[in-house]
Amino acid sequence: MSTSVAGGHAPAQERNIWQRTKHTLGAYWQPTKQFLGTYVFSRDHKVIGIQFLFSTLLWFLVGGLLALAVRWQLAWPWSDMPVVGRMLFSAEGGQISPEFYTMLFTMHASIMIFFVIIPILAGAFGNFLIPLMIGAEDMAFPTLNMLSYWFMWPAFLCMTASFFVEGGAGAAGWTAYPTLSAVAGAAPGSHYGQTLWLWGLVFVGVSSMMGSVNYLTTIIQMRAPGMNMFRMPMTIWAMFITAILQAFALPVLTAALFMQILDRTLGTGFFLPEGLLINNAEASAGGGQPLLWQHLFWFYSHPAVYIMILPAMGMVSDIISCNARKPLFGYKPMVYSIAGIAGLGFIVWGHHMFMSGMNPALGMAFMLSTMMIALPSAIKVFNWLGTMWGGRLRYTTAMLFAISFVSMFIIGGLSGIFMAATPVDIFIHDTYFIVAHIHYVLFGGTAFGVFGAIYFWFPKMFGRMMNEFWGKIHFFLSFLFFNGTFFPMHILGVGGFPRRLADPYHYETFSHLLPMNQFITICALGMGATQIIFAANLVWSLFFGPRCGRNPWHANTLEWTAPSPPGHGNFDFQPIVYRGPYEYASPETDEDYYPQTQPPPEEAVAQH
Amino acid sequence: MGKLASLFFFAVPIVGVGFCYWALTNGYNFPVDISVTGHRIDHLFWFIAALTGVVFIATEGVLAWFVWRYDGSRNPDAAKFAHGNHNLEVVWTIVPAATLVFIAIYQMNAWADAKMRPPDMDPTVEVTARQFEWRLRYPGADGKLGTRDDVHHVNDLHVPLDTEILVSLKSADVLHSFFLPNLRVKQDAVPGMKIPVWFRAMEPGTYDLVCAELCGWGHYKMKGRLTVESREDFEAWLAKKYQEQSATQDAPAEEAKSEE
Repeated sequence: MSTSVAGGHAPAQERNIWQRTKHTLGAYWQPTKQFLGTYVFSRDHKVIGIQFLFSTLLWFLVGGLLALAVRWQLAWPWSDMPVVGRMLFSAEGGQISPEFYTMLFTMHASIMIFFVIIPILAGAFGNFLIPLMIGAEDMAFPTLNMLSYWFMWPAFLCMTASFFVEGGAGAAGWTAYPTLSAVAGAAPGSHYGQTLWLWGLVFVGVSSMMGSVNYLTTIIQMRAPGMNMFRMPMTIWAMFITAILQAFALPVLTAALFMQILDRTLGTGFFLPEGLLINNAEASAGGGQPLLWQHLFWFYSHPAVYIMILPAMGMVSDIISCNARKPLFGYKPMVYSIAGIAGLGFIVWGHHMFMSGMNPALGMAFMLSTMMIALPSAIKVFNWLGTMWGGRLRYTTAMLFAISFVSMFIIGGLSGIFMAATPVDIFIHDTYFIVAHIHYVLFGGTAFGVFGAIYFWFPKMFGRMMNEFWGKIHFFLSFLFFNGTFFPMHILGVGGFPRRLADPYHYETFSHLLPMNQFITICALGMGATQIIFAANLVWSLFFGPRCGRNPWHANTLEWTAPSPPGHGNFDFQPIVYRGPYEYASPETDEDYYPQTQPPPEEAVAQH
Repeated sequence: MGKLASLFFFAVPIVGVGFCYWALTNGYNFPVDISVTGHRIDHLFWFIAALTGVVFIATEGVLAWFVWRYDGSRNPDAAKFAHGNHNLEVVWTIVPAATLVFIAIYQMNAWADAKMRPPDMDPTVEVTARQFEWRLRYPGADGKLGTRDDVHHVNDLHVPLDTEILVSLKSADVLHSFFLPNLRVKQDAVPGMKIPVWFRAMEPGTYDLVCAELCGWGHYKMKGRLTVESREDFEAWLAKKYQEQSATQDAPAEEAKSEE
């Protein structure tokens, strides 16, 4: 570096001030570059996975607080909000304003979907586990991987900035339906906030598309010798199929986002029909269709909900099999079910639009495909039960969360059948019945699965165990408060209680539903408080958790043969795979587990 | 731990069903249905609830039972080295598939009647949703919308009892949704589209009209009222509204003499 001075390196006393400064700073450049390359712009999939993990957990906190504010308003409408009221809403006397309410539920959902669930599944766990579980030393494209994490930061900045611009953050719902979202005068958040929201999502989409290209290539090309496709763990199958979903669906969302950005900034009329009169101002563009946005948006966002559950389903399969000390029941049906969910997931998007004004005959078609998609999910539930049957269950925290995934997913999945029935949807669309369904599958399902995955793979990531006692407390309290929060929402929905209303109680039809809403809010506050236990356990265990060896769970898959945590290149030997990932309780070995890389006993060699 | 955990999981179906039972017997139910066809929606809901209820109790029960029965620390048997069962897979694929196809076909008629077969009549009223009110326009005596004798009103929707009503639903600005809980009617109002909504109300009274699609900060207070009354009362109300409206604008020449 010191030879970069034109004319070569002059002796010390003859250097000018510029040359001397560069020489001094040069001593700091190499270590800085090394630090940045190792911890900040790392191209090691494990570091990138952990970066995703910490970022998404922080956004989980933000999204959760926004939800608690929504719950506050629904329990004690127009009342002075404690602590935050004076700080944020002093102009309104400490209460949440109607405009702010619309921003709250919009940003709660947007953050949870795009900054928490999608990146924690694919970005954190996909990144960390894929090379380890298939016996590769890293991803196929490490630099692309690093970029996929760092492309999230412009998104973080856009969304954060959107709270502080004129008009505030986007307030058109996470679904951003035009014309409310597309015309600046239609809502306060539809000024700069909505544009920032759109750009934020563009960056998330680019990050995800980079990731999915990487995951697909790595899984197809870099499996260890002997790891054929049907010897991959369910986690990898799920990540693989999820990556296909991302790759095919995201371009449509990205196009739609750009179309809305253009409508808002350049006066195009993709989604704006003629004759609009918004806030007593005529819209300048026309010739467009609001329904077009809905089709494009849901064409991505329906596969997105499967993107948000399939990886958790894969991880739950691995956790249950390992903790039941028993092979996964129905490996191939489980793989085909994931493929079925993904495939069918592309032809059901219209079920979000039954009431939208699209041709009702389309409603009939989407109803049929939506009914069918319940089938592969049901098959998976039965196979998880089959995995537990006849096992020797170990009730680790990870296992408790994995079992609760199945339990809560049963509820979420069954409630979906009601809304698939189009006549019933006439009544329950845009009510709390839908909110109940969403949260049973995304929180009771995916988030509980993610908690389980964190307890399960934390030892591999950090070389230490999380505390099991406090983990179980976290589990029991979360389970209790979660169900107290979301089960009553089914009843609210039966009563017709609408979504997204800052104050539904002035309607005769809904005024008697206030006490149940207060019960829900109290449970939600309990659920929020319980996560403090989880955060404390996580942070404590990072520094003071008991150290563990390579395979504390006595599991079969390849990541447990690497050191905890693995170094660069992951394995200190060349993994060779001899069998599938679920050979627990195998008669071929004395132990109750049989790692994929363990060579078979002499007599059985010929049969493998 | 296995016992405690299984108690928790057993609580899911027990408390779940118990809570639903408590709610239904303590005033938490569908809003009163005053329509002719709404009962089909309610019936379909309860039909699906019964089916899913059975599956819910069975699967959650089996799950909790397995958590109890196969506790590794208390269970002396070795784990079963089973990878699956082909016949079971076939059974539990075909049975749910058939059930789902049955539910799908069972409901097609109700959907078609509600959305695909509008009555062959002129609209009773044109409803234009707007931030944050419901603008109403009744055709006047000439029975045609868009003429001088139309009655214009806001939020206070009146319809005659036991009569097929056809609403022509529009939006002036953003998406809204025309939701009548007591008639099991819901339809999004889309700017640029004119969408027919039909119903027949069988009980006189006043009911809520709720906006059910986010339309801005005032979405929560976009409240209308539906009044169902006898044909005579309805005609009288309409005439009164027309008079009030005409009092503040030029009436057609022939009626000017009868105004005072």
